[in-house]
Amino acid sequence: MSVRSPFNLTPPNRCPKVARMSETATQNLKRTPLCDAHQRLGARMVEFGGWLMPVQYTGIIEEHLAVRQNVGVFDISHMGEFWVSGAGAESWLNSLLTNDVRKCESGRAQYTLLCNERGGAIDDLIIYRIESEKFLLIVNAGNIERDFAWMQSHLSGDVTLDNYSERMSALALQGPKAAAVLDALAAGASQRSGHFGVGMERVGDIPIFAARTGYTGEDGFELICDAANAEKLWSAVLTAGAPFGIKPCGLGARDTLRLEMCYPLHGHELSEEITPLEAGLGMFVALDKEQFFGKDVMVAQKQNGLARRLIAFKMQGKTPPPRAHYAIAVGGKKVGEVTSGSLSPSLSIGIGMGFVETALAKVGTQIEVEIRDKFYGAMIEKKPLYKKA
Amino acid sequence: MTSKVPKNLKYTESHEWISVKGDTVTIGITDHAQHELNDIVYVELPPVKETYEAGDECAVVESVKAASDIYAPVAGEIVEVNNDLDTKPELVNEDPYGKGWMFKIKVRDNSELEELLSAEEYEEQLTES
Repeated sequence: MSVRSPFNLTPPNRCPKVARMSETATQNLKRTPLCDAHQRLGARMVEFGGWLMPVQYTGIIEEHLAVRQNVGVFDISHMGEFWVSGAGAESWLNSLLTNDVRKCESGRAQYTLLCNERGGAIDDLIIYRIESEKFLLIVNAGNIERDFAWMQSHLSGDVTLDNYSERMSALALQGPKAAAVLDALAAGASQRSGHFGVGMERVGDIPIFAARTGYTGEDGFELICDAANAEKLWSAVLTAGAPFGIKPCGLGARDTLRLEMCYPLHGHELSEEITPLEAGLGMFVALDKEQFFGKDVMVAQKQNGLARRLIAFKMQGKTPPPRAHYAIAVGGKKVGEVTSGSLSPSLSIGIGMGFVETALAKVGTQIEVEIRDKFYGAMIEKKPLYKKA
Repeated sequence: MTSKVPKNLKYTESHEWISVKGDTVTIGITDHAQHELNDIVYVELPPVKETYEAGDECAVVESVKAASDIYAPVAGEIVEVNNDLDTKPELVNEDPYGKGWMFKIKVRDNSELEELLSAEEYEEQLTES
């Protein structure tokens, strides 16, 4: 029986009821320092971007709701960390990234994209300006090598670029109680970091960067440390969070949380064949700044209009969950494709995102999602699909 | 986790259970399968009166992350489906052998029932994996 990972399903997104990865399948996967800790907690492990990661501990819906209502912690050590420093670091980064680095002050973070010359997204990432000419970049796990090779091939001047991905680990502490848990770990820390702020803190004797960023739509922090301290930090977070009812959360909940917020996932809503404008991320593309990779293509796209746009939709009534690669149709005619879809644990309805022809990509448009040869009604809605009451 | 494997039922390698009553069988998925799938959010049942061969995909169960096929263990005609699963798919998780039953088949060829696994054989398969 062939073994399949829920994250790499090819159409029609089928998975045997009981899927177990063979020893050989897991042998070649990378592991974060917390791999054993996850298994001790009873996590179900899956392959993700070449890594062995926890998809869930107690259940995706339970973990998702814990983050929305309380607090959860995710291992995000598989993500990549690059350090960029030196004279001219700001303008060098500005020539590679779409957002305007000049607008990112020291002690602040900025969401941005790395594009190729066709304007296609090589990756989306967050830069953290630690000092005036010292930046930490956190990139997607599956793109570490590609991002680093691209950036290195375009290195110029006195800028240094170092790949610290193996040497650093990170946890995402997310939810309404995340600030309280952080303060229990490092007194007053939550007061020192406003939204998208970043600063150095100490958890016991562990030095960390605490950034008020996240991928869930809740208040929260990404805690970045040396890989050697990852297990200690993870334990400290679970211990400090215990009185608050903290739950360890896996990639399954991470995906449903970001989908409700309509945050893109590279490989789904973004790729080297999709520009940030098509993905609705124009806010993070500074077309008025000096030359950067992809600028010309996107300037032209803005002038001529986009052929397709990323939409968000909600299914109508009880339907099977929409999933990536299902066709989107209007009047039975295919007009696009789903890029990500799931049951929304918060909304208790199927939700998703997908690309459709621009003319049809208006909020309020009735569409259909084709699931196993049947068409189910859905409505294009404004992003984000989930809003706090 | 030791899953429940009722002795009075028959089983398939693909984790369906079968309860035999005369020439009608009731089918669902096992405790082991529901535990592996975790939160079941949708169940697509076969149409009543539809006929299937043994091994045909005839139903789909969806968890948050993926859809999984359910196979007809024996050939026959669907005579009844559990409509409660339309509004409460979680019944499959809560009570896989009881309220989580999925559909009933009128068996065409009783000899096919002999090909099914006994509780002991299914349990052995579980410990091997």
